[in-house]
Amino acid sequence: MTRTDEEEYWNSSKFKAFTFDDDEDELSTLQESKRAVDSISGLVGGDEDEDQVEIVGWGGEPVDSIVWSVRETAASTNQRPERESTPQTNTGPSQKSRSQSVYSLSSLFRGDVIVLIFSESSALSDSTTGRLFAPELRKPKSEYKEEWVRRVNCVCVCFQVVSLEKFRSLQEKLLLLDYSVKANDGNVITAVLIFLKKTLSKEILFQELQSRQTALRHFINFLYETEESGLLLELLRSLGRTEDAALLQYKEHQSISDESRRRDFLKSCLRPVNPIGFLSHLLERQIIMERGGKVEIFQKVPRKSSILNMPLVTTVYYACVYHYNEAEGTLSSPHNLRQTFRISEKQFFVTALAARAKLKAWSDVDALFFSRNWLGPNRKKTTNSAPPKVLQDYVGLVDDAQLRLSLAHKHKCHDIVINTYRDLKDRQLLLGYRTKVEVGSEADSRISQLLDNPKYWKEGGAYL
Amino acid sequence: MAYDARRDCPQLPDFSVLKRLARDQLIYLLEQLPGKKDLFIEADLMSPLDRIANLSTLKQHEVDKLYKVEYKPIISTSDQLCFLIRPRIKTVKWICGKYIKALVLLTDVTTDEWAFYLLPLDDDIISLELPEFFRDNFLAGDQRWVRTAGSALHLLHSIYGPFSKIYGIGRCSKVTQVYIKKHNAYYDTNTGRRGRKQRSPDVDFVTPLCSQVVYEGLVDDTFRIKCGCVEFGPEVTSSDKSVKVMLNSQDKVFNEIRNEHFSNVFNFLSQKAKNLQMAYDKRRGMDIKQMKTFVSEELKGLKQEHRLLSLHISASESIMKKKTKQDFQEMLKTEHSLLEGFEIRECTSFIEEHIIRQLSMIESLRLLCLLSLTENGDFYGMNHLLTFANLKRLGLLVEQQPGETLTVMESKVGKLVNDKTAGKLTDAFSSLAKKSNFRALSRKLNLVPKSDEEYNLRVPRDMAYIFSGAYIPLSCKLIEQVLERDGWTGLEDATKLLNGHEFCATGTNGADVKGKSDAPRIVLVMFLGGCTFSEISALRFLGKEKGYKFIVVTTAITNSSRLIEALLDSHM
Repeated sequence: MTRTDEEEYWNSSKFKAFTFDDDEDELSTLQESKRAVDSISGLVGGDEDEDQVEIVGWGGEPVDSIVWSVRETAASTNQRPERESTPQTNTGPSQKSRSQSVYSLSSLFRGDVIVLIFSESSALSDSTTGRLFAPELRKPKSEYKEEWVRRVNCVCVCFQVVSLEKFRSLQEKLLLLDYSVKANDGNVITAVLIFLKKTLSKEILFQELQSRQTALRHFINFLYETEESGLLLELLRSLGRTEDAALLQYKEHQSISDESRRRDFLKSCLRPVNPIGFLSHLLERQIIMERGGKVEIFQKVPRKSSILNMPLVTTVYYACVYHYNEAEGTLSSPHNLRQTFRISEKQFFVTALAARAKLKAWSDVDALFFSRNWLGPNRKKTTNSAPPKVLQDYVGLVDDAQLRLSLAHKHKCHDIVINTYRDLKDRQLLLGYRTKVEVGSEADSRISQLLDNPKYWKEGGAYL
Repeated sequence: MAYDARRDCPQLPDFSVLKRLARDQLIYLLEQLPGKKDLFIEADLMSPLDRIANLSTLKQHEVDKLYKVEYKPIISTSDQLCFLIRPRIKTVKWICGKYIKALVLLTDVTTDEWAFYLLPLDDDIISLELPEFFRDNFLAGDQRWVRTAGSALHLLHSIYGPFSKIYGIGRCSKVTQVYIKKHNAYYDTNTGRRGRKQRSPDVDFVTPLCSQVVYEGLVDDTFRIKCGCVEFGPEVTSSDKSVKVMLNSQDKVFNEIRNEHFSNVFNFLSQKAKNLQMAYDKRRGMDIKQMKTFVSEELKGLKQEHRLLSLHISASESIMKKKTKQDFQEMLKTEHSLLEGFEIRECTSFIEEHIIRQLSMIESLRLLCLLSLTENGDFYGMNHLLTFANLKRLGLLVEQQPGETLTVMESKVGKLVNDKTAGKLTDAFSSLAKKSNFRALSRKLNLVPKSDEEYNLRVPRDMAYIFSGAYIPLSCKLIEQVLERDGWTGLEDATKLLNGHEFCATGTNGADVKGKSDAPRIVLVMFLGGCTFSEISALRFLGKEKGYKFIVVTTAITNSSRLIEALLDSHM
């Protein structure tokens, strides 16, 4: 950003005095201090690495760190350092079957759960149970077992919560649920929901959950986590949440690897969600494009990857690279894509420009510019790889002097900067700019020439 | 900035007790399994564990090998395996299913709870290290962590004494309050003089969505601070190694710049560099005795300072370079305009361009969310879901700039996001939008300072400095107001917009709270769902101005990318 540019910005806004843009002053202060600090290190000598300060070791992790010593289970056999090469035993199949039958985890959960839930709910009215909330660190295990079971209720979700089965009638079960919700403990709610899921018919459960939003949200989240998408889908449909249901199905489809099957699946999905219908169209086009295209271009610009399952604009970009000049009627032509998917003019322009500029098809780029009359910041990106001459032409077309200057600065179009300063009659800036061009270069001599020629500076006399 | 503006600031309690407690309990649990054992640790517990114990602690208690929980088959030769995990269905299922059925001789399986709630990250920051609190609670409506939050408060209560006053706002904090009430009823109260304030961020998404410009926040946005520790890559260390550095008040240089607006950091650092140079230069012309004193007394400190200084200078440089590349200035300008509500058309086209050119997906989403939040109800806002969805579709489906590291991942996520997260975000934000209205709220509470005068960032006049004078985080403003008014009186208009649920409770010793001079000066602020470093900086500023000491307890430190990533669908 140039100074003038900056000033203009700051005048229109109250936020003062700092810019993250190419501000050379700030950056150079910083680099200066860096040099200063670096130069000190010469004085200090090379023993720096001895004192550890607050730094957790310069080689990465401190030697005593836990993270550092953790190995990843999968790779553990390969990565295990030799010094710890303990012999591997115990993994034979005989042990497998043995351990399976030895114990059942549900035996851990005896009758405690009910008691706990009730003490939980009664805690709402009776503050004496506050005792439950006092964890005592050094209590012997037997003493805090009760509390412990309650706290790790979450653990019990994958086991059978046998004890709850004393609740037989629907009314009792629902009461249990309501109490658990009132107790505000998510783990208990989940535990009760698991019990209800096991003991109630889907229809009744779904219906009762409808009037219990907190429990419902817990249940949905639980099904998500346990990946019971079949049941979840049913639940969502019964609630009339078709959109969520479609999204869930959509998520499922991510795991289908075969393209044609995936397309068919998308087609079969529910319609209410627009994007899904849209995706199936898109995939259809991509399958066509994947097969077509002229060999020469592929040789010239090899593809990085297949176009299948790519986003829409990537597809358009791809079409602009490999199918640019195809007739509009062709399904793989970019113009056809543009119409079918109703891509905005600006979007299409930027994408096509990027693609054609990448191929260095400057005539197409010219055509795009002149047909659209699009001038402005979009240029910044697209002109990246253009040769200086082309770049200069484009930058020269920018109407706004400030913008033109900043672009020219960025792309080092010396002539434009020089001419602009000349037109602005700003001798100071031109003098300043001289330090940025190579000494003895063409630009340098032009600046000297201009500076020596008084006719340019007469009216702006302030600096003379 | 004026440090220690008021003399009557009380000392902060010593939170290292919390670490000791957690460590002791961990050791106790390890001792429950006598003999050699392998320890499996869940990935997101590793960094917190590292802050509490170290390898030799574990080895002392006969932990043989350490593994990361990875949902893959376990190969272990030990006959005792110990798993340290968060209570997640997936993990427990994995352990029960795969592992118990498949392998290893075991005679017993026991479950214990490691009551690790609070990890002090700094003198005044305590984290629950529960980033999923946000998603579980606010998106899925699952209350599983609420009890954890309550227990954490309870722990503080039992170690440091009861809270004298409690204020809270938000649905969730009310839930937690249930626990507090119980504690208060049960606990004998004696000396504690501590105000406590708690809020959940279902009221403010704007703050975490804005780019941070305070040094600590910027470091977090750029390098990601994890458990108070940051890893600076080769671009900072100017060698091929990365360096991990603890960022806290022990780091003298960092401590002085962490709360500063980035624009002041350069000057500060260069001044520091000059001073350092001078200090080193002093030794010229010293006689031997002086030199000896210099070496024994000053040199070490200087060397330490020197190292820290050069690290922070390199970090600033690297931040600067990265931000320059991203058109950060334009982005800030856009954010500020959005906050002030002018030139919305320009902002929209900036965002659109950002999307069309496919810069960062997270950034695009961030700006979009900010736009829809601030302009809720206006022409471009949430009510125009179509525009929103279109923009989104455009953005997420754009060709990426080649060579960007995220390309592959982004285009993959892109599709998913287009549908799923769009829905999610929309849900989350539209429900929010219905309840709250950013404009009205910011007018009521004066969150966006008047724009007719220039904002001097070197001498900040209010908390807005953390966003270059553009915005005061809602949370911080509320805290300021509540402390000033000693309650919610007079704030009814605002709390109505925040969907109410505010409460104020006096602890059991509240009756004998003495006169005003004795009003609580230590304020514990609890953020349910996370807070940003910028908010913490703002609170530190407020504390200095008004003579409070703030202790921040948060479920996690968050920022814009963490917020949005939490809503992406990758981990479902």
